[in-house]
Amino acid sequence: MTILFDRLRWEEKQLYNAARRLGVSVKLVDCKSLLFDCQDTRELLESVEGVVLQRCVSYFRGLYWTAVLESLGVKVVNRFQTSLICGNKLLTTLKLTTHNIPTPRTFATFDVGRAMEAMEKLGYLAVMKPVVGSWGRLVTPIRDRYMAESFLELFNQIEDPVNKVFYIQEMVQRPPRDIRSVVVGDRVVACVYRHAAPNEWRTNVARGGTTSPCKVTPNLRRVLIDTAKAVGGGVLGIDVMEHNGKFLVHEVNSTVEFRGAQESTKGDIATAIIKYVAEQDE
Amino acid sequence: MIRVKCTQCDADIPVPDDVMQGELLSCPDCSTDYEVVKVGHEGVVIKEAEAVAEDWGE
Repeated sequence: MTILFDRLRWEEKQLYNAARRLGVSVKLVDCKSLLFDCQDTRELLESVEGVVLQRCVSYFRGLYWTAVLESLGVKVVNRFQTSLICGNKLLTTLKLTTHNIPTPRTFATFDVGRAMEAMEKLGYLAVMKPVVGSWGRLVTPIRDRYMAESFLELFNQIEDPVNKVFYIQEMVQRPPRDIRSVVVGDRVVACVYRHAAPNEWRTNVARGGTTSPCKVTPNLRRVLIDTAKAVGGGVLGIDVMEHNGKFLVHEVNSTVEFRGAQESTKGDIATAIIKYVAEQDE
Repeated sequence: MIRVKCTQCDADIPVPDDVMQGELLSCPDCSTDYEVVKVGHEGVVIKEAEAVAEDWGE
């Protein structure tokens, strides 16, 4: 198998070492220096072996290389469609809602006036998020109408066409934590609570959040597995909030970072992932 | 332990014995991030790491 990366993080090293421990022939390939020639694909195809586990920290680099490799008949985990959906919050919301998976009430529009209308419908607090973005970046709680007007004006200045859409969600009343799970195929291999760092409301470990074990109840397991199926399956980081006895899925990650989850998990996440990827080659 | 020089502040950056190509190293003095470009008998070659981009993450 091949681990395709652009930044060799702790996770990629764990995956590589897990593959070697399992006796799996594994190659690390830095995608930053790959070249695709539509008239001669030999060099590119010789760069990879077996199934490719795509682990790029850049969403678009990972997405495009997945598209290229799949078009050449190479099996990639995760598949292009899954990566495309998971990397875009609006596309993820569409999959969750069409599969009846509980998720926060969400609005999307390109118009500032309609965005204000959505905020008023939700009431305050509401949350604005860029549709493409991770680690909690630019996720903004909107406390009142004045803040809504200011942030809509600010977001409207964004030149990047990918993020021109206003993506607005209800602020879910939840305990001061959320749930991060790592789902590999049809198995929940890790499940932890994420607690926000002091003076922070976002629970991302990248923002200083800490983790503690979370028991996987049958109800939670059903939500996680249904979510994985809805986005096309593979190796996923699924984020869930608890609200009035229900679980609301708010994000699905296609190149899951699992260092934080591993600290609070008995099983070896990297080994579970490598075993799954190796099975895709059979 | 091998050390490489920070090109920003000239500090010594320690390099782990099991360093791998593609790995990141941080200068202990000025926190500049470097990517390991090559690991060989002649030593370790580094270059300044890419800055975090808007599409980076999980």
